[in-house]
Amino acid sequence: MTSPPSVEQVWQWLDEVKDPEIPVISLTELGIIRAVRYLDDELVVTVTPTYSGCPATSIINLDIETALRGHGVERLRLERQLSPPWTTDWISPSGRDKLLAYGIAPPIDGTAADGRLQARLESMVSGGNLAIACPRCRSMATEKISQFGSTPCKASYRCTDCLEPFDYFKCI
Amino acid sequence: MAQQSRPETETADVIEFLLRTGDNTLVLGHRVSEWCGHSPVLEEDIALANSALDLIGQTQLWLGLAGELEASVNGQARTADQLAYLRDAAQFRNVLLVERPNGDFGQTLMRQFLFDVWHLELLKALQTSTHPRLAEIAAKAVKEVYYHVERSADLVIRLGDGTDESHRRMQAALDDLWSYAGELFVADAHDERLAAAGIAPNPADLKPKWEQTVLRVLSEATLTVPAGTFVHKGGKRGIHTEHLGFILAQMQFLQRAYPGAVW
Repeated sequence: MTSPPSVEQVWQWLDEVKDPEIPVISLTELGIIRAVRYLDDELVVTVTPTYSGCPATSIINLDIETALRGHGVERLRLERQLSPPWTTDWISPSGRDKLLAYGIAPPIDGTAADGRLQARLESMVSGGNLAIACPRCRSMATEKISQFGSTPCKASYRCTDCLEPFDYFKCI
Repeated sequence: MAQQSRPETETADVIEFLLRTGDNTLVLGHRVSEWCGHSPVLEEDIALANSALDLIGQTQLWLGLAGELEASVNGQARTADQLAYLRDAAQFRNVLLVERPNGDFGQTLMRQFLFDVWHLELLKALQTSTHPRLAEIAAKAVKEVYYHVERSADLVIRLGDGTDESHRRMQAALDDLWSYAGELFVADAHDERLAAAGIAPNPADLKPKWEQTVLRVLSEATLTVPAGTFVHKGGKRGIHTEHLGFILAQMQFLQRAYPGAVW
């Protein structure tokens, strides 16, 4: 019998598993793999959900299991961890670059936890709008169409220079 | 963790709270999902469906925990799905506001706005709950609900301070729904014991902050707060309007007709 793969090896394999909704960014770049460890001889991968209702969550778990079993892992358990809650701050720099290249403006402005969302709520009554650069032409002349885009994690924007609509990965 | 040493009455109070919180998000999530494919514009259709998705996702966490804790009281755990699909109307604990019919887009939005502002204050307070499982669900959900408030407040302002027609509809929605908002702040013995134990805020204590935000937004929206102080209530105790039965007839049909069906 061969020895089980190292934890580092498992992290590398997980870095090859793509997000099912945004297939240019990996699960590790997205920051949702919270831990990889062995308990006795069972491999335990801890995953945190992005949004409570994200329908990709079950697909992600299936993809992790398929990938690791494909690499020969036999004793495997996936654990859900809610706390601390996922934040877009955990999306890695390479992940942000890939989102931008894919046409999705990456999150830019902090999280609910640091109070900036509350500040935005305060300013919203006077019609405040976030300045998001167009991922296509980089113009800052953009406007929000809707707080929700193609998925709960994205907002819908449009560029008034190149006239293209685009998704903005909003911060949580 | 901490709940292993909790007395049985406290666990029963926590379960009651979880059912109320989960039934609010479940029934509102279902109501909002009824808009799917019917909204005035595509962006709003998507926004409504995504809001509903958040609410249903949160329902799974709240009712999932309720079902798990039930096992420690009566030895029988139920899943979130079983709680959603196999209880009858009188066992639901949602406030009457969330079962109000969708009406026009203005009524749907006003209902959402009045609920969202309360929901945000509840979750902010719950983040410091002495019950760690409640605190962690709240910390997750609060991030999503910030966006719900931002969206519904923004639209209430735009439509209230919009055309004559949109203003008229938003005012009519506010007049219709205002008397249903009060139930969100009514406290009973469960609430008082949970507040004393630091597990959940007393609903009455959420009112000043709710009022602060709601009145500011309504003023910006050029809408007039109704003068009446009558409060429709009963949902938290399982006494519902006829509307809930119709919601359940649709939501529960599959599990009632084909018990135990899965996919």
